[in-house]
Amino acid sequence: MKTIIQMTVNGELVESAVEPNQTLLQFLRDDLELTGTKHGCGLGDCGACTVILDGKPVNSCLVLAVQAHGREVLTIEGLAENGNLHPIQQAFVNKAAIQCGFCTPGMILSAKALLDENPKPSEREIRTAISGNLCRCTGYQKIVEAVQDAAKVIEGSEVSS
Amino acid sequence: MSELKVLNTYAPRLDGPAKATGKAKYADDLSMPGALHAAILQSPLAHAKILHIDTSKARKLPGVKAVITAKEAGLVRYGVSPARYDETLFAHEKVRYVGDEIAAVAAVDQATALEAIGLIKVDYEELPAVFDMFEAMKEGAPQIHDEFPGNLNAEVHQEFGDTEAALAKCDLVVDHTFLNKRQDAAFIEPHSCLAVFDLDNRLTLHTSTQVPHYVMRTVAMVLQIPVGNVRVVKPYVGGGFGPKCEATPLEMSSALLAKLTGKPVRMTYSREQVFLHSRARHQFYAEMSLGVMNDGTMVALKNKAVLDGGAYTSFGIATVYYSGSLLGGPYKLSAMKYDGHRVYTNKPTCGAQRGHGGVAHRAAFEQLLDLTAEKLGIDPVEMRLKNIMTTGDMTINELDMSSLGMKECVEAVRDGSDWKNKKGKLPKGKGIGMACGFFVSGAGYPIYRSDTYHSTVVIKISEDGGIANVLTGSAEIGQGSDTAMAMIAAETLGIPLSQVRVTSGDTDLSVDLGAYSSRQTLMTGHATKEAAEHVRDAIASYLAEEMNCDPASISFTEGIVKFDGQPGDFEQIRRLYIKEHRGWTDPPSGEYLTFKEAARIAYLKGGTLVGTGKYKPHRLGGSYKGAAVGTSPAYGCSAQVVEVSVDLETGEITVDKMTDAHDCGLAINRALVEGQMQGSLSMGLGECLFEEVKFDSRGRILNASLGEYRIPTALDMPNVNTIIVQSNEPHGPYGAKEVGEGAIMPTIPAILNAIADATGIRVNELPVSSERLYMALKNKEKA
Repeated sequence: MKTIIQMTVNGELVESAVEPNQTLLQFLRDDLELTGTKHGCGLGDCGACTVILDGKPVNSCLVLAVQAHGREVLTIEGLAENGNLHPIQQAFVNKAAIQCGFCTPGMILSAKALLDENPKPSEREIRTAISGNLCRCTGYQKIVEAVQDAAKVIEGSEVSS
Repeated sequence: MSELKVLNTYAPRLDGPAKATGKAKYADDLSMPGALHAAILQSPLAHAKILHIDTSKARKLPGVKAVITAKEAGLVRYGVSPARYDETLFAHEKVRYVGDEIAAVAAVDQATALEAIGLIKVDYEELPAVFDMFEAMKEGAPQIHDEFPGNLNAEVHQEFGDTEAALAKCDLVVDHTFLNKRQDAAFIEPHSCLAVFDLDNRLTLHTSTQVPHYVMRTVAMVLQIPVGNVRVVKPYVGGGFGPKCEATPLEMSSALLAKLTGKPVRMTYSREQVFLHSRARHQFYAEMSLGVMNDGTMVALKNKAVLDGGAYTSFGIATVYYSGSLLGGPYKLSAMKYDGHRVYTNKPTCGAQRGHGGVAHRAAFEQLLDLTAEKLGIDPVEMRLKNIMTTGDMTINELDMSSLGMKECVEAVRDGSDWKNKKGKLPKGKGIGMACGFFVSGAGYPIYRSDTYHSTVVIKISEDGGIANVLTGSAEIGQGSDTAMAMIAAETLGIPLSQVRVTSGDTDLSVDLGAYSSRQTLMTGHATKEAAEHVRDAIASYLAEEMNCDPASISFTEGIVKFDGQPGDFEQIRRLYIKEHRGWTDPPSGEYLTFKEAARIAYLKGGTLVGTGKYKPHRLGGSYKGAAVGTSPAYGCSAQVVEVSVDLETGEITVDKMTDAHDCGLAINRALVEGQMQGSLSMGLGECLFEEVKFDSRGRILNASLGEYRIPTALDMPNVNTIIVQSNEPHGPYGAKEVGEGAIMPTIPAILNAIADATGIRVNELPVSSERLYMALKNKEKA
């Protein structure tokens, strides 16, 4: 039997009826057609489905849609504002931190959750924060550099504003 | 190189913004109204006769639209190499591994499809199975394929020079054995596809593949559809690394179900199914003897291989050849003998994975080199430099090193790592090791025998002259080929990168054999360059006609046109352009005629401007049996130095530093080259230290998940000192060659040599887990 849920997704209130066993990942991809959140394993191993739930990064394949009721979800589609890339997205593009791109949305959101909490992370802290996001293409080096770069840009923009 | 405007830069990749925002569509992101969901029934047994398949209950389940088995799909045999077509879409008579496909279902949703799969009843008669390659070779072992007695799938015997005689004359002969483990490619995107038939019976297959061209051919053959009626379109692909190099049961079942139901059909493998489909790195056993003189001169190599192929052939024939042929360099040898055997076992099928066939034997050989150097009392770097090949050398098995910066790579990592101050001088538990390797820059021959071009490219200029669209069947799978092709087109046309678009991965656009054997930069690159030259020359010719000048006086650079290096008198052309485009937002300006205006004039004179390019390699290789495998128009090469710390109490290994130098000819895009190097090292590190697909006693995978099959995380990989060495490859476009696979070659042996330096223990079995090294440390203490 379906349950009515409400949540804020990328700043907009969403109301929908979902099966009790439907995951947040399925809800985002199939019902809301937000396919930027990727399905890599369905077991919480790869991190490709990472979204930010009430400020914390979670594997959306391990969260039921009903558990997100009344909460706030940020997916990769909600990061760019008015067509302008978020500084983390821009840094990933500039620093060649993207290859196949399948881990990228989850990786960027893990980085965002880190920088929101810890604006000046050490390299070790960055590596730890993204250690639940597997990437088979890059060897992580350029991803770490991109996060470092983004941290500087965000810090600079906050000082100037 | 100073005159290059676009190439050799750190240009951001074209698809970066789409991928960073989640807008990039991968196969599983595609949907179509009314699409059915498919699922596949796979064997729970490793070896069994199929006595009966009852699909009646599944067919009756509400929501099920079609059920297919071998009866519906037919028994067309397929595979990768026509010499060993040993698969059918669905098993008939018997199953040969846990995961062998038996039936498929299309239903209104995934839950129904899966429920229907559960309702198919198969009666089996279980047969004795064999899981170990050495057991499989023994007399009396269970026979997996009737046509291949002794489970011998393929054997290779090659000898160059008189190896025994050469070894007899050596001052020292050193032996070594090595065993790796079956790997999984562990790309993050599982295989996925969407198949649609139109009303004219034409199939469009959107699929996560490295090789749209080969998938088109195989699907047409297996499903008995005219090949002209099959179009394969590759959306963005979330990594391939080899196993996405062939048509899959996922694609063929979806296509057949789409045909039978008249509806679009979609399917995505679960992560477990990705492991079961496998087609990833084989397990190799290597046995080698290297003969040298006291001064360190390498003389002769004897190399034996046994490969665990799993249940079917896939790329296996090429694999077993590569394990021999890729040891022909980068060191000079007077004699080389190779005996390789690929064996069938009741396990998922192995195929090609990054560094195809070469990685394990390279690891064995580079360790053997260090062992030998140690016995001779020669520094491993010096030993390598003493025997190194250089540009223009031909290997003993007739591979032409038309450019080879191997020596420069060795020197770069030696100096970049401060080798001289570290080797033999590090404290206990710390070690440093080095290794080299090389790889093809595109296979010299297609998988099927053919005179086909390996790549064709079409470049079409937009009506306003402002955009060059590169149309190609080549496969962007994350490596950045679209960006590389755009850069080659921009450089050749003399326009900025922003004026180039790439439309790729579609068999309707051009012929391209795809993303495997590190071929696209060189091969698709050549075709792109030629297509761009044709377009450029056509524009110059029309423009010369208009300007009443010699076409040879016209040059294009950074989007502007020069006449004998001068602006020329182009006012009339500009006036015409502006008049025709009144009200547009981007009128041409500046003191030079723009490419856009020139292309517009050409369009007005000749219609839509299209240039085509094509490429196939010149005749390559020797005339001996199997000479084709290992041939390439060019070879990339790598050297690496790795530094490790070993906890002598626990056996835990930390890779502290990696220094990598790769010769990729001209680096088309330096950021992408670095990315390939760093990614290769990461995959090699994983294979060396923790990756192993494990099985239970009945042939079931124990760790078919990315949690239990561990690949490197951000905490496992150190930063890499990434050094690009550039040579000028005469057979490459603008002198470019591969970087996608050569860079993985030295990684495993460099780590193993570093571990040996740190502990005095030479590990000859992967992965070097803490447990394995701990046991070796304990055994050493006892001894």
